[in-house]
Amino acid sequence: MQRLSRAFSNKVLTKMKGMIGVMKFHAGPGLPKKSKLRQLLLDVDRGRQLYLLMMLPVAYILIFKYQPMYGALIAFKDFDPTAGIWGSTWVGLKHFVRFIEQPKFFQMVSNTLMLALWDSIIGFPVPILLALALNNVAHKKYKSFVQTVTYAPHFISTVVIVGMLTQLLHPRMGALNLLFQHFGVPAVSYLGKAGYFRPVYTLSGVWQNAGWGSIIYLAALSSVDVELHQAAQIDGASIVQRTRHIDLPAIMPSIIILLILRIGSLMNVGFEKVFLMQNQLNLTTSEVISTYVYKMGIMSQFPDYSYATAIGLFNSVVNVVLLVIVNTTAKKASETSLW
Amino acid sequence: MRFGSLSKGDKVYTVVSNTLLFFLLLVTLYPLLNVLSSSFSDPKAIGAGRVAIFPVDFSLDGYRELSRYTPIWVGYKNSIMYTIVGTFVNVTLTIMAAYPLSRKDFRGRGLFIVFFAFTMYFSGGMIPSYMLIRNLNLFNNFWVMVLPGALSVYNVIITRTYFQSNIPDSFLEAARLDGCTDVKFLTQVAIPLSTPIIAVNFLFYAVGHWNAFFDAMLYLSDTKMKPLQVVLRDILIESRISADFNFDSKYAEAKQSIAEILKYSTIVASTLPVMLMYPFVQKYFIKGIMLGGLKG
Repeated sequence: MQRLSRAFSNKVLTKMKGMIGVMKFHAGPGLPKKSKLRQLLLDVDRGRQLYLLMMLPVAYILIFKYQPMYGALIAFKDFDPTAGIWGSTWVGLKHFVRFIEQPKFFQMVSNTLMLALWDSIIGFPVPILLALALNNVAHKKYKSFVQTVTYAPHFISTVVIVGMLTQLLHPRMGALNLLFQHFGVPAVSYLGKAGYFRPVYTLSGVWQNAGWGSIIYLAALSSVDVELHQAAQIDGASIVQRTRHIDLPAIMPSIIILLILRIGSLMNVGFEKVFLMQNQLNLTTSEVISTYVYKMGIMSQFPDYSYATAIGLFNSVVNVVLLVIVNTTAKKASETSLW
Repeated sequence: MRFGSLSKGDKVYTVVSNTLLFFLLLVTLYPLLNVLSSSFSDPKAIGAGRVAIFPVDFSLDGYRELSRYTPIWVGYKNSIMYTIVGTFVNVTLTIMAAYPLSRKDFRGRGLFIVFFAFTMYFSGGMIPSYMLIRNLNLFNNFWVMVLPGALSVYNVIITRTYFQSNIPDSFLEAARLDGCTDVKFLTQVAIPLSTPIIAVNFLFYAVGHWNAFFDAMLYLSDTKMKPLQVVLRDILIESRISADFNFDSKYAEAKQSIAEILKYSTIVASTLPVMLMYPFVQKYFIKGIMLGGLKG
């Protein structure tokens, strides 16, 4: 130890580094192996500025990401502010059981899953179809115009999107309601009816994000070798066949990765949007797990931190488990996976 | 290939695909045009449901009311501040994390990556974060809009990928021979060589700050500190107009329709900065998405 600390304290280190550099160069089987620990310490010392750079980001992650994970321990305790997180009494799975026995448990879980399902069935394929369709457009200017227009809504904030929905779907003067009336559909207060919550949420999501979502597929399509298409054409392959056998396989890895991510966040419905679209009239379909967490833990007059944390934790754990299962399956089935 | 020379199946495919595309284009454009046109229409025309694609009875009433509605301008000013300071902190921290992680000789790189990436898939949740902010006394504090989201791990990963594939190892070796330190290499070689990815970071973070709503709603109750999105929510979704706002006397009896047109002009005015900037920087955004699609 003494030798090490001395080595670290002064110029000896620089000398040693030089020596090791030389040793590395000449290291043959005959030379004694240098200690792994010493090599590690030397590498760390050599990269000390890199570690210094990392300090702030690591501190950020520790404080704002890992501290709340530690704080989530109160899900297994009856949180008492005077005793703190660690000092509060353990109560095991009490809060989880309470949540599951809650009469609305089933409704909230199914609302969450249904919203995710709608989004996966309608929201997921549209960007793929859009990318395939765009890829077949020969007119360059038209193509880039469609791209610019369809990407744009992505940058509108959730608040404004929901504000626009409120205006456009207004039963008396909303432009969409008026449009539908032209086709004989009677005016409906879409935001005030539980039955319309899922379609409005999903379709406005498609409107906002389909274009943006197609970028990644277009990128994959642009890397397809033109010669492949030309060769197929010479062999008499139709556009449909080329799309099926050249384009689709090209974007398959992207589809799989995005599908894994989608399923891994199945229970993470867009909280902000649901929260903003929610009102007393559509509560039976719009109450999802995360909005309930907010109500129990923050909005309530008597916030129940432990209970709300337990519900949130339940949600996160389901997500992680789903992600791991899907990723493992995808790895075995297709060799494409997140890790 | 000319359309006439296509086989029957291909003709059908091309027609269907192009029709769908055109339909999608119209569907995307219609709401945008309607909101824009409504904001330039007469409040009465909106009330009567007469505005579709073009302005009806052109009027600037919405914008005149908007210019007098001070809460919006306070929100505007606050959002600009949060966006500037927040984005600057974001980009600095992202580079500080991404650069070491891009270096193959950085011992413990794998561990650091796991340490960062884990937080992408698992989090303590809304309530523990809320309690943390409270314990840190960040309520009604400027920094609550900057610190809790000071770094996005996703951005760190795409930035690291960029550094890895765009800064040749030989540059570092050469610089080292000249006695260049790591920090110096980062600021004088790596960063200047990485302007595209830094632009991507600036844009992603800036849009995020501009559109941020929920944290502000939770942590800022002081009216003077509220960002634009919170003010917008009051006007657009809750239909709450500030009590001390005096409508133009001319409209005393038409308060309702003025409140409606104010909604359209606010939507346009709040979204305009992002929308105007977007066509010019579109390629950087796309680059960011494509980098994100690469496996790190």
